[in-house]
Amino acid sequence: MKNFISGYCIVRDSKINLNGKIIFEQDAELNSFLTNAYRKFNINYPKFFKMDLLCKLAFISSEILLKENNPVNKYKENETALVLSNHASSLDTDRNYFKTIEDKQNYFPSPSVFVYTLPNILIGEISIRNKITGENVFFISEKFNPGLLCLYTNMLFASGNTNCVLAGWMEVDKEKYDGFIYLVEKINPHPVTEHEKDRVSALYYKG
Amino acid sequence: MKKVFVSSGNIVSPLGFSAEENFKNVADGISGLQVTDKYSFSKESFCVAALNDEKTDTVFSQLENPGNFTRLEKASILSIAHVLKSTGIELDDKNTLLIYATTKGNIDLLDGSSALKKFDENRVYITGMVSMISRYFKCANEPVIVSNACISGLLAILIAKRMLEAGLYKHIVVAAGDIVSEFTLSGFKVFNALSGKPCKPFDAARQGINLGEAAAALVLGTEKFAGTDEIKIINGSGSNDANHISGPSRNGEGLFQSVLKTTENFPADTIDFISAHGTATPFNDEMEAIAFSRAGLKQVPLNGLKGYFGHTLGAAGLIETIISIEALKQNMLIATKGYETHGVSENINIIRKTEKKKSHTFLKTSSGFGGCNASILFSSL
Amino acid sequence: METQHQLEENLKAQLIQQLNLAEMKPEDIKPEAPLFGDGGLGLDSIDALEIIVLIEKNYGIKILNSEKVKEIFYSVRTLAEYISQNQKT
Repeated sequence: MKNFISGYCIVRDSKINLNGKIIFEQDAELNSFLTNAYRKFNINYPKFFKMDLLCKLAFISSEILLKENNPVNKYKENETALVLSNHASSLDTDRNYFKTIEDKQNYFPSPSVFVYTLPNILIGEISIRNKITGENVFFISEKFNPGLLCLYTNMLFASGNTNCVLAGWMEVDKEKYDGFIYLVEKINPHPVTEHEKDRVSALYYKG
Repeated sequence: MKKVFVSSGNIVSPLGFSAEENFKNVADGISGLQVTDKYSFSKESFCVAALNDEKTDTVFSQLENPGNFTRLEKASILSIAHVLKSTGIELDDKNTLLIYATTKGNIDLLDGSSALKKFDENRVYITGMVSMISRYFKCANEPVIVSNACISGLLAILIAKRMLEAGLYKHIVVAAGDIVSEFTLSGFKVFNALSGKPCKPFDAARQGINLGEAAAALVLGTEKFAGTDEIKIINGSGSNDANHISGPSRNGEGLFQSVLKTTENFPADTIDFISAHGTATPFNDEMEAIAFSRAGLKQVPLNGLKGYFGHTLGAAGLIETIISIEALKQNMLIATKGYETHGVSENINIIRKTEKKKSHTFLKTSSGFGGCNASILFSSL
Repeated sequence: METQHQLEENLKAQLIQQLNLAEMKPEDIKPEAPLFGDGGLGLDSIDALEIIVLIEKNYGIKILNSEKVKEIFYSVRTLAEYISQNQKT
C-alpha cells in the first residue's frame, strides 16, 4: 500500500528549510532564532513564549509545515496521528529544572520548567495548537531512525483509524539542535515524494 | 492478521520480585507505600513505594555476570531476566525484540554526588541506559524505546501488539521502569500533586499521588504461552486530549475517544473489569469517571492499583496490566486500596473488596501529561 | 517601605519575566484586571503554581491555603494587597 509525504520542514544550522527551499536564515542562538522566526512568519500564539526550547523547535517546525497544508482542514480531529522521536529526550530542560533544585540555599523548584521535563509534551503542544486528537507516540533512539518511523506510520494507517501522520525528529541538547518534521497522507495528488524509508532518510540527510 | 498472546510477566517492586509474589500481596491488601524521611534533600517526609536496595542487590548478585549497574538498570535486568527464563525466550534471537518504556530513566544520575559518579554521563540518556540492558542480554535487534509520559508502559504494549500483528517478530519483550528521585518528588510536590499519606483513588478525600518505583516485563507473542489461559490482546488505541499539557481534560475527551475505539463491539456486559489509571489527584479521577460514564461503562467493576504500588510513572501501565492478567487467571476482582467514600461525580462501579469472580475480559487504561491516553482490551475468550 | 503603587509595578515586571509574557509590557497589565481566564491575562494553572513560587522567592511569603488562592490571585492589586499585609517588616 502506497502513501505519500505531503511536505517537510527542517530546522537546522540556523536555517529553516520548507520542502527543499530555505525560507529563513539567521545566525543566532536557538531561542532568538526561533523567536525571530515566530515574528517573521506572523505567528500569533502567546503560549509559544512559555514553551521550553524543545517545544519551541517543534512548534515552529510544525507551524511552518502546516501553514500551507493543515490536516485539520481535510481530516477529522482523531484521524491525524503524531509520531515523534529524538535522542536526548527532554534532558536539556531536565538540566534546567535540576538547577532550580540543586542549591539547597536557593531551593525553588519551578513548576513551569518541570512540566516540560517529558519529551512528549511537544506532541501535546502541537495537538493543542492544531486540535489533533489522534494516536501519539514518542520514540527515543541513538540516531534518527527512519525505519522505525516509517514502520509505525504504516501500522497506524493499517489500523484503519489514521489517515494522516505528522512524524519526525526533534532534538535539543547542549546548544545543539535538529528539527525535522514531515506530513504523511494516505492520499495526496501532489505529494513531495512517496513515503518510504529511504526517501525519508534522503529528505532528512540531504534536505 | 496474527493473534497476539501475553505471558505472565514479572514485576520488581516493593511488593516482591515476581508477578505471583506481587499479586499475592495485592490480593492480601498489602501496600508498598510508606511514609519515609530518607530523601535527604528535603526536611519533609514523603509517602512513597520505594525499592529496597539491599534486597535488590542480593537478588541481583545471583544473576550471571552481575556488573556495575544503576538502581533502575538492576531492577529492569532482573525483571527481564525473569520473563526470559519463565518463557524460554531469548533476546539474542533475531525474532525477538525488546521494547523499553520509561519516563525519566536514570534521572538520579543528574545529581553528580559521589555515589553516582561511578557512572558515565551517557547513562543519564535513556539510550545509554537501555544500551546497557541491551548489551547485558545481547539483544539481536536494537531495542525500541518509548517515552510518552505516564502512558509509556501501556503504549509499549500497544506498539508491540501492532508489530506482532504485522508479523515483524515472533516475540516482543515489553519492559518498563522508573525510579523515585529528588527530581520527580520535588516536581510533583511543587505541582501540589503529592499526597503525604497513602493515596485514595476515586475517594472523596483524595489529595494526590504517591510516587513509586518499579520495573516490569511482559512477553508478547504470536503463539499462546503455556499456562496463561490463552490471554489475548483484542484491541487497543490511543488518543490525545488536545486540551492542556498538564491538566486532564474536563470532559475526559481523549480517554473517552480511546476507550470507545478499543471497546468497539464489546458492550459493558462483556467486560469483567477495568483497571483504570486512578492517580488519586482530584482532576484525574474525576476526568476518568466522566470518560468511562460517557463510554457507557459505568456499571463495569473498576479498580485503581496505585494504593499498592504508588504511581510508577512509565512503568505504571505495564505493572497494572500484569496484575490484571494475574487477576484474570485467578478469577479475582482486586479492590481499589484507599477508596472508602465515593468521590467522583459519576456513579462508576469502584471495587471495594477483593473477591473471587469468574473473569474473561478486562480493559486497561492510562492517561498522562501531554494530554495522552491509551487503552487496551485483554481477553481469555 | 514600598508604596502600594510601587509594589504593583514591581509585581507586573516580575510576572512578565517569570511567566514569559514576552509580548507584554507592564502598562498593558491593569492592576484591577483579572489574571486568569478570558478577558484578563489568560493565565493558566501552571502560571498559578509559578506565581506561588515567585511570591515565596521574592517576598518570603508562603501561600498555603488553597481555598484563598483564587481571591489572592484575582488581580495584580489583590496580590499586592496580600503581600503588603503578610510581609514581615
